[in-house]
Amino acid sequence: MNKKTFPKGIHPPDKKELSKDFKTEFFPAPSTIVIPLHQHIGAPAEPLVNKKDRVLKGQKIGEAKGFISAPIHASVSGTVKSIEPHLTPSGKKIMSVIITNDGEDEIHPDIKPLKDDISSYSPEEVRTAVRDAGIVGLGGAAFPTSVKLSPPKEFPVDTVILNGAECEPYLTTDYRLMLEKTDELIIGAEILKETVGASKIYIGIEDNKEDLISLYAEKLKGRADFEVAPLKTKYPQGGEKMLVKAILGREVPTGGLPFHVGVLVQNVGTTYAVYETLKTGMPLIERGLTITGEGIKTPKNLSVRIGTMFKDIVEFSGGYAGNPGKLIMGGPMMGISQYTDNVPVIKATSGILVLPDEEIPHKKEYPCISCNSCVDHCPMNLVPTRIVKLAQNKLFEESKKWGLLDCIECGTCSYVCPANIPLVHWIRYGKNELMKLRKKSEK
Amino acid sequence: MSVLIISIITLGALALLFAVILAIADIKLRVEVDPKIEEIDGILPQANCGGCGYPGCKNYATAIVNKGEDINKCAPGGQEITDLIAKIMGLEATATEKVVARVHCRGTEEAAKRKGVYEGVKTCRAVALVGSGDKLCDWGCLGYGDCEEECPFDAITMTDEGLPYVDEEKCTGCGICVDVCPKDILELHPIDENIMIFCRSQDPPKQSRAVCKNACIACNICVRKCPTGALEMGNNLVEVVEPEKFTEECYGGIDKCPTGAINFVHPEKIKRENKTVEIIIKKKE
Repeated sequence: MNKKTFPKGIHPPDKKELSKDFKTEFFPAPSTIVIPLHQHIGAPAEPLVNKKDRVLKGQKIGEAKGFISAPIHASVSGTVKSIEPHLTPSGKKIMSVIITNDGEDEIHPDIKPLKDDISSYSPEEVRTAVRDAGIVGLGGAAFPTSVKLSPPKEFPVDTVILNGAECEPYLTTDYRLMLEKTDELIIGAEILKETVGASKIYIGIEDNKEDLISLYAEKLKGRADFEVAPLKTKYPQGGEKMLVKAILGREVPTGGLPFHVGVLVQNVGTTYAVYETLKTGMPLIERGLTITGEGIKTPKNLSVRIGTMFKDIVEFSGGYAGNPGKLIMGGPMMGISQYTDNVPVIKATSGILVLPDEEIPHKKEYPCISCNSCVDHCPMNLVPTRIVKLAQNKLFEESKKWGLLDCIECGTCSYVCPANIPLVHWIRYGKNELMKLRKKSEK
Repeated sequence: MSVLIISIITLGALALLFAVILAIADIKLRVEVDPKIEEIDGILPQANCGGCGYPGCKNYATAIVNKGEDINKCAPGGQEITDLIAKIMGLEATATEKVVARVHCRGTEEAAKRKGVYEGVKTCRAVALVGSGDKLCDWGCLGYGDCEEECPFDAITMTDEGLPYVDEEKCTGCGICVDVCPKDILELHPIDENIMIFCRSQDPPKQSRAVCKNACIACNICVRKCPTGALEMGNNLVEVVEPEKFTEECYGGIDKCPTGAINFVHPEKIKRENKTVEIIIKKKE
């Protein structure tokens, strides 16, 4: 088999065996749900309900403000307990609607599909439906999908890449989805293709999921518009720019997005969410996630309502095994560390990872010896050590010339650095300071 | 021997030639600079702190002469420099009030707990990007000393308690630390102002109390004890609205404050019988 890949990258242990064989279970909605009004990239949503209001499942409770934004919906039926700032997995307190679940799951009367036949949607109807359903990229970035489906006219999109790489170690939710919802995903991908006017769909799958590769190859035999693209297992294979490079050999320009080279990359989870919304009319109120790691008793793949607290999910999974050392939302490479499990699942929560205390290496940081490891592995072909040294010395403009803003923060450089320098953190610091400088000079 | 002589003569001739070229260039290509700019630049402190809003002292001097910029913007120079500039520009000196940076937080390592073990870049601005910092209080000083590092006048030192201490004699009020602090803990105040709220937290009182022993819990006692209207209750946080009105009548509020969030900056300057107010931020020995 002709396996594709991008240059550089790393091979961390994938640890997917912990949870990959567990079928996706439905997590019963808990008694209290916390739905933050800002779960996406872009402007926060504005609350549409008041305290003590009764809300129904699927009801819109937060209105999108601006083009890059997404509405928020109630994931259960019940009464609004309060609207107050609540801690979210991003580490910030965000205005949230707290709902007491009445357990009836009464669906809002407006929830019905726009059309009975899923293949009869026009591109414009798909975009509107996707936007109204609050669908965002479920791979972790939470970028509003409707924006992605509306590329500018001067950049025609000819190819759709279905991102099933799932290159983050530990996570298996996309794997389970692809295994369990094969037909739905294929239809979803076709709709995306029609919406952006592309002619070809590639399904990118890493070769640690051989069964998926053969499954999809079997299903799509004889289809000219589909092609399964087996990829080498390598981190960060699932990055948009890496996928475009690996599958099509096209290079996304600096500061550009995949549509600049005529490609739409969509995570399989998002594709399924689009399919679901068009089929049932139900907005994005539920998502798949993996709860895994050596620090959890029984790792699982779950389908969870948005707004479920981490602690409820941990409890459902048998609780912590031993002393939890680290709780992470997402995967170990790009996930966000949590200091408490009193945070809700948001649209970007692709997994909950618990590592036991003894697995956490408390490494001492040493000075850079210019060993070149980060340069050898950076998938964006940057020179992380130089970018970081410039940022450390507050030469942010100079650092930008070396590609500060091109960094995708995948964490590869920090992973390989033998001196344990938190390179990505420095780069994030540099980006933030550069933005501040720009704002200042605009004044 | 002859090599030596030849070298001396050639180099000497070259030197002479360049001297002549430079002398001519100096006359022919001279850029007329207002001598006032040089003069003002000469008396400015040359700290290039940027407190005036210009990138350096020279730029500020140019702005004064060419754009008619206010002459009292040099914080490090203070009144003395303003007077001198006024003399050069033939203007009347406006009074500048000396301002100093003050720390609006008392979340010491002991009083304000952290979220967990933080491993990463140890500067406040980088820490603030991780969630909103590693302190449980979202508003408090992170204590990694960015202000200490950036202060061009060495006026700030981090104490063992994990908070910055501002040496008010050295502080020129340039405001760099105010810009640098990601938590907005530092603020410029007139040096004579003595009453201050040592807290920034606008969280509900229950939350504030849970994360920091020294937080303002919006109990309103100090406001009630102050009939002059110097204090007002803002968003879960007392605000000093008119510091000059904070007279002896209001002192009772300080004694009654359950957390010490409101206090004098210099208690030693207040003469009161049988009352001692604890000095809250100690200088590092």
